Amino acid sequence: MSKLQIIARGIVKDNPTFVLLLGMCPTLATTTSAINGMSMGLATMAVLIFSNITISAIARFIPDKVRIPSYIVVIATFVTLLQLLMQAYVPDIYETLGLFIPLIVVNCIILGRAEAFANKNGVLDSALDGIGIGLGFTLALTVLGLVREILGSGSLFGWKFIPSEYNILAFVLAPGAFIVLAYLLVLFKKLTNK
Amino acid sequence: MEYFFIIVSAIFVNNILLSQFLGVCPFLGVSSKLDTAVGMSGAVCFVITLATVVTFLLNKLLLLFEITYLQTIVFILVIAALVQMVEIVLKKISPALYSALGIFLPLITTNCAVLGVALNVVTKEFSFFGGQPHLFNLAEATVYAFATSLGYGLAMIIFAGLREHLSLNQVPAAFKGVPIALVTAGLLALAFMGFSGMVY
Amino acid sequence: MAARSSFRNMTLCLLTICLLCSALLAVVNSMTAAPIAKAQADKTRMTLSRVLPAFDNASEKTLAFEGADYVCYVASADTSVVGYAVISPVIGFGGTLELMVGFDADGQIWSTSVLSHSETPGLGAKCTEAAFKDQFDHFDPAVKSLQVRKDGGDIDAITASTITSRAYCRAVENACRVYRQLALKESAGDGSRTAGVACVRDEGRPVTIKEDSHE
Repeated sequence: MSKLQIIARGIVKDNPTFVLLLGMCPTLATTTSAINGMSMGLATMAVLIFSNITISAIARFIPDKVRIPSYIVVIATFVTLLQLLMQAYVPDIYETLGLFIPLIVVNCIILGRAEAFANKNGVLDSALDGIGIGLGFTLALTVLGLVREILGSGSLFGWKFIPSEYNILAFVLAPGAFIVLAYLLVLFKKLTNK
Repeated sequence: MEYFFIIVSAIFVNNILLSQFLGVCPFLGVSSKLDTAVGMSGAVCFVITLATVVTFLLNKLLLLFEITYLQTIVFILVIAALVQMVEIVLKKISPALYSALGIFLPLITTNCAVLGVALNVVTKEFSFFGGQPHLFNLAEATVYAFATSLGYGLAMIIFAGLREHLSLNQVPAAFKGVPIALVTAGLLALAFMGFSGMVY
Repeated sequence: MAARSSFRNMTLCLLTICLLCSALLAVVNSMTAAPIAKAQADKTRMTLSRVLPAFDNASEKTLAFEGADYVCYVASADTSVVGYAVISPVIGFGGTLELMVGFDADGQIWSTSVLSHSETPGLGAKCTEAAFKDQFDHFDPAVKSLQVRKDGGDIDAITASTITSRAYCRAVENACRVYRQLALKESAGDGSRTAGVACVRDEGRPVTIKEDSHE
């Protein structure tokens, strides 16, 4: 498989949100606006790339039975690093995403990629896989956030173009998250199957 | 009285699944049958309550040594270890319960509801009766964790019931499976929104 | 692929990973401690300048009031006090709603600012927008009532977000009461207190000040 294919596969064929249906919690919770969705996607991508690289490098030294706990510690370390760096340099975004930054640890995408890809492949391929899957996740979250933001608060990346009277608030709230994701799934299925 | 408010708030008003979006993966994954949904809820209930008590106490230790930056690592390891331990103990003590919950236990480690609740009780401030916001003490944290997991079970079981009915109905081909389940979850969330603002 | 598991190498492996990871985190934690503190200080400073009239120096203090500790700031310019700010947390609709409320030297609210909130985007989150927030600028709690119109007060609530609006009013209201006690203490305090005396920690017992208006 060529290097480009590894990346492309993460975005389309193995899209973590639309195809693998992984990491639903941050997908639904943080996509109240396009910018929030994108920040969450990028934060997850950063952790994913570094954990993939590290795990692919150390996998062959780790005894099989303590594999999962070791991976979790590695992932948790990167998440905490991200937490500290975000608090220091982008405190506003950190506050908006709140609890969902530490919860990247339990995002099944990351442990899933460690198990399914990183511990069997080389460092470079794992990094590319992280980039691909990360981009796919970021893209999905951004699109979901975009739709919810347009319908729910009538704005695009914060630029308001529909007056408040015509906004459908339910889309910013919990029900809208589920429903928009359902329609996006259907749309994605239609677009990729035919 | 305050406990009553904590319970109502955790089960209905701020339902962990439908308004906080924690633990959605197993919610979609194992909710197609009522039996498995009940089993999963039971296991989650057990682990959330236990994990919250343990991490709550451990957090005191972290605060004491001023190493709160290890919070995430410590919590997730405790949860992973706890899940394993519960599995082993259950196997020995109550094989019946083990066979009922057994297959769901390993899945719970990556259920973000567990870590979510554990982190919530040590970081988030709560207040009822419009009083001063404060962090939970151990008793309140335990009640909150237990009530939250009951809310999780409630949403899960309602949803599984809906999905069992749904499987008998004709839905457009593209909506089959997860999409229609998500639409259903959306409607359920809409229903739960009716509780919002009831307690605070 | 993976190495064979034996008790010894499993323990060793986990121990090494945990040690390395904690060491790495400890290093990064100490490296980011200063920037994090600076980011927070910057934020406080910026919010202070937003809710207070122009000042040169602000000293922080903690005031115990009705069983809770409030963080307050005494702002001064040219050794005379020009205003006070109180950080007032309440529970809003989605979680803690933390406000900073600034008072000028005459006890009028100068302005308010939201420090952190978890209100619903598009609904309660509008409490950070000028349309709602500006109602509290130059608000005189002695003359007008700090409640939403629905409850007979003088504040226009955010449409469909009465709970958030009420919480905001309650936070300002609490801040007013804390301010009154703070001002009382400051004026009763020894005259030698000069501008910029940092962080005088009060051991003040909770003193209940009788509310003159509604409650």
